[in-house]
Amino acid sequence: MGITALFGASGAGKSTLLNLVAGLLRPDEGLIAVGQRVFFDSAAGIDVPVEQRELGVVFQDPRLFPHLTVRRNLMFGLRRAGARADAAQVTPDAVIELLGLAALLERRPHTLSGGERQRVAIGRALLAQPRLLLMDEPLASLDAARKAEVLRHIERLRDKFRVPILYVSHAADEVLRLARSLVALDRGAVIGAGPIDDTLRDPAVARLFPAFEAGSLLHCVVRGHDERYGLTVLAIEDSVELRVPRMDLERGSVVRVRIPARDVALALSQPADVSTVNRLAGNVVRVDPIDATHVDVQVLVGRATALRVRVTQEATERLALVPGLPVWCLIKSVALDRATLLMADEAAVTPLFALAANDAASGPQR
Amino acid sequence: MLTPTEIIALRLSLQVALTAVALSLPLAVLIAWLLTRFQFAGRSLLDAVVHLPLVLPPVVIGYFLLVVFGTKGPIGAWLYETFGVRLIFSRSGAILAAAVMSFPLMVRAVRLALEAVDRGLEAAARTLGATRPDVFFSITLPLMLPGIVSGCIIAFAAALGDFGATITFVGNVEGETQTLSLAIYSLTQAPDGDAAALRLVLISLALALVALYLSDWLARRVGRYIGRA
Repeated sequence: MGITALFGASGAGKSTLLNLVAGLLRPDEGLIAVGQRVFFDSAAGIDVPVEQRELGVVFQDPRLFPHLTVRRNLMFGLRRAGARADAAQVTPDAVIELLGLAALLERRPHTLSGGERQRVAIGRALLAQPRLLLMDEPLASLDAARKAEVLRHIERLRDKFRVPILYVSHAADEVLRLARSLVALDRGAVIGAGPIDDTLRDPAVARLFPAFEAGSLLHCVVRGHDERYGLTVLAIEDSVELRVPRMDLERGSVVRVRIPARDVALALSQPADVSTVNRLAGNVVRVDPIDATHVDVQVLVGRATALRVRVTQEATERLALVPGLPVWCLIKSVALDRATLLMADEAAVTPLFALAANDAASGPQR
Repeated sequence: MLTPTEIIALRLSLQVALTAVALSLPLAVLIAWLLTRFQFAGRSLLDAVVHLPLVLPPVVIGYFLLVVFGTKGPIGAWLYETFGVRLIFSRSGAILAAAVMSFPLMVRAVRLALEAVDRGLEAAARTLGATRPDVFFSITLPLMLPGIVSGCIIAFAAALGDFGATITFVGNVEGETQTLSLAIYSLTQAPDGDAAALRLVLISLALALVALYLSDWLARRVGRYIGRA
């Protein structure tokens, strides 16, 4: 369930992979299976035709049928879904409501805006009752405002319908915002796959996110507010807390924050006389030299939270950083605001926007 | 207003041209499909054969038809012995001649229309559960409609106007193979036929104008139907 992002630079093979799964391209050899169903197996001579794979595909261009009204476009797949349509969990009414298509039903595709077309295309794919929804850069051909509009709708359908989604994108912000799992591709090969937080910790994967500095992506629960100092307390784990400037968020809501690796400093003892609000104790897990000057250090804080820290080679030697060493991580709270700004770049409904709005004066860090 | 002879020639012409178009359309779509979508041995040969009526003198085509479909020709003899069908000097033969002469124009128009159909739409339809034949009838064919309409109109005009192939293959039999063009020709050969020929010429002109207007109207309707207007 949820969204699995297929991420990589242009030409990394994302769309090729998606087309292979969909059956629109035919591999020379290999095995393609979704769940228990084998779609292609060169050894066994299996090649299930596209129309029998029971997938939904949303392409980069909407590909609406120009001679059909929006309503008939939407019904195209549903009418061909056979028995699956009878037990349909995804009904036309639900899709029309969710994607806001009620006013468009009798119109022809050429009268719609780009965002509307892509919404119809998503609805059409959903109504075909797919076992897996494939999305091939569905936002790539839209301008920023349309992109935000469609992105919101993708988030809503992800939360409402229990359809697993394979989402191809080369836009790091989309991936970080939508995905639960990440498959990173580089020059035709998978270089990392798994839950997004874990995968991003791999320096080889993080390197693919050039728009972002190396950093840690953390899920936090809003624990409460410190009204006296205008701070909000976020819990990463029971015993691990972050303090950030006051955010207009309810207790218990979940937010994702990014902490850039270079905004974290390391100390060998608990520093008493520094201004830094957030000081987390942990143990060094890995030490990876990036180049001659920089070193990527992973520190385990609490029970399962890994924090990435960027230090210099000189500091590594001076502090004698090795796996197992107990250290203190110093995080400037401003770094949190900046990190979240990078993610909530559009008028999003996610909690992240509220986080960013508090510090709007500093502007997006693109 | 029109004399009985003129009415016979007009009706025969319309009947021959319309039937020729209706019969050759499915074959034209099939050939256009083969030429556009497939690479196979003999593809260029098929393409050339389809285009022959466009580049050869009509009389030569009529001669070929006579050789192949005449009562002594390989297909003509078989048709005559098996079904008792005789094509030469008959209305069916006139239809065949008209169909062959207009066929390349029809194939060209249909082929252009097929090439303009976005393959991405067909792929999208398949991912939505449509089988290949289903995709053809629900997506490809409707999107080809403007080309098919214009192909039919051009073919109709060509079928209506053929002279050489028809007169060579099926002769000039009044009420059976004497279309408007042939009737005009006969009248110009007669000593006092000038006035009657002019009347038929005017009828041809009116027919052409109506056909042109109709095709324009149809093209606009179809364009709106597939959302290009």
